[in-house]
Amino acid sequence: MSDSVPSSLAERLLARFGETVAVSSVRRETFAELAPADLLPVAAALRDEAGFRFGVLTDICGVDYLSYGQAEWTAESSTGTGFSRGVQGQALGRFNWAGRPEREGGPRRFMVSIQLLSLELNQRLCLHVYCTDNTLPIIPSVTSVWAGANWYEREAFDLYGIIFDGHPDLRRILTDYGFVGHPFRKDFPLIGNVEVRYDPQQKRVVYEPVSIEPRVGVARVIRDNAGLLQARAEAQDDWRNN
Amino acid sequence: MQEIRNYTMNFGPQHPAAHGVLRLVLEMDGETVVRADPHIGLLHRGTEKLAESKPFNQSIGYMDRLDYVSMMCNEHAYVRAIETLLGIEAPERAQYIRTMFDEITRILNHLMWLGSNALDLGAMGVFLYTFREREELMDVYEAVSGARMHATYYRPGGVYRDLPDHMSKYRESPWHKGEDLKRFNSWREGSMLDYLDAFTADFPHKVDEYEELLTGNRIWKQRTVGIGVISPEVAQQWSMSGVMLRGSGIEWDLRKKQPYAKYAEMDFDIPVGTHGDCYDRYLVRVAEMRQSNRIIRQCVKWLRENPGPVIVRNFKVAPPPRMEMKEDMEAMIYHFKLFSEGYCVPAGETYAAIEAPKGEFGCYLISDGANKPFRLHCRAPGFAHLSSMDTVVRGHMLADVVAMIGTYDLVFGEVDR
Repeated sequence: MSDSVPSSLAERLLARFGETVAVSSVRRETFAELAPADLLPVAAALRDEAGFRFGVLTDICGVDYLSYGQAEWTAESSTGTGFSRGVQGQALGRFNWAGRPEREGGPRRFMVSIQLLSLELNQRLCLHVYCTDNTLPIIPSVTSVWAGANWYEREAFDLYGIIFDGHPDLRRILTDYGFVGHPFRKDFPLIGNVEVRYDPQQKRVVYEPVSIEPRVGVARVIRDNAGLLQARAEAQDDWRNN
Repeated sequence: MQEIRNYTMNFGPQHPAAHGVLRLVLEMDGETVVRADPHIGLLHRGTEKLAESKPFNQSIGYMDRLDYVSMMCNEHAYVRAIETLLGIEAPERAQYIRTMFDEITRILNHLMWLGSNALDLGAMGVFLYTFREREELMDVYEAVSGARMHATYYRPGGVYRDLPDHMSKYRESPWHKGEDLKRFNSWREGSMLDYLDAFTADFPHKVDEYEELLTGNRIWKQRTVGIGVISPEVAQQWSMSGVMLRGSGIEWDLRKKQPYAKYAEMDFDIPVGTHGDCYDRYLVRVAEMRQSNRIIRQCVKWLRENPGPVIVRNFKVAPPPRMEMKEDMEAMIYHFKLFSEGYCVPAGETYAAIEAPKGEFGCYLISDGANKPFRLHCRAPGFAHLSSMDTVVRGHMLADVVAMIGTYDLVFGEVDR
């Protein structure tokens, strides 16, 4: 499939950057985690040096790890107590703007994920950079290395409030002019905050608090994948014929 | 002497050549663009956030509505990301069906692009020609999924159902009657594969017709040759992909370089431009339609000869057949659980990319083991392309901005998401 086996890319990364990056390989994909302070020198090296040659930045996206791994429905301990009603917690869609949860989040709440692609060596790499401060998440901008990072960083700033230090033009990009808040954060309500409509009396567009109620159709549930593995095995030996 | 100053002009969001809802703030020196600042987000629907609040399968329909002229390609990236995390693979027949529909989608997209771009640049007729063939391919979408555009046909583990053995026919009406009606229905007597055989045998001649109208056309060349030249270096710097890369002479196509579905078995070529201008990208897209036609023919041939399952027999992720549900309690329970709660995807993250008609469309998916995605990010090719607008159009005339918007092949469903 590809000219280079990703595990060898992982080895090259370790050989070149050593302790600076934490490399992991899953299913032929390579991930490298690094500290914000190391991002710029590593990025420049990844673009230019032989063995990496990541000339194209494919994608940057922000991630908010608040509420990671939290389910609304306890699925394991059903025998003793019976199932819960599937309304625990304050997952997306269960709160409005006024009732939004005041949560700090864990020590590594905001992460920026950078996808790199090398056209010459036909390899991909995903960089993970965790922000050190939850209240003011800030990482260096890579626009000086890849010009194409410009809008992706604006998007992550707009949606998550992650600040990219050194970005030439860090404005909102997807949300409305004058928008308040960062809508993709896990403590931002799914129904939003304000809605717009045309007011015939005032003859202009007015902003009002949203009129819809928070609602969740399907509860969020986490199950281990033992059932999945079993079903996969059953699919293979077609249990119905036994 | 009178002092002449630059002035700022608002292009869009209601301009017909803005392809939807692009607002472009242009700083002009006479008729020359000094600075271009695209304002996007007028079609932002928060697709990725909505996907976080729904079970995995319920978001497949949202993918259609991202790039709403290449619907199934978006679905393909999304279901591939889920399949990677689940560790399942679609049956071979489903892979061929996906390959075929990806290419049908590519032709649909390029026809839309060709028609509307020619219309933007003043050639009305091409639009009428391309929409004739688009109609025929949309009937294939309808035959297989019931919907002409937003198909929701690809599912994790395969496709929703097998190809139909008949095509719907035109009924007699004041607009379709007599010899016309017979001609319209002549392709539709057999199965869908027969219909596609007839279509693909005919389509290269249709492409010749479009080329007749444009390729040697003096006005078309004046509007596109040497306009919006993008060097290979600039293309890489600005994260370009797809035709924007290939038009600049970089031979890069995920279907060849990182094959997915059944592209490794297909025989096709990658058209590459030399100058990197709008005219070269036009030529590349036209040549791609011919290559897609070739791929469809190969898929049709294989699909005729090889019947088989089109979705995995793993009832945790794919519904059991309807007949089994009628007589088997367990199958009914599976069905109920699947369509209410959905399935839980093992924790992990992946990036699945496909060669969409507009460029690399990728889905970056993080799961925490729940029945809903923890984070889904769609890497839209148009977003990256549009971000280079300022660099590319500086120094061009105002009318060339329209040519440039056209050549980017922008669809705001995917740019704004």
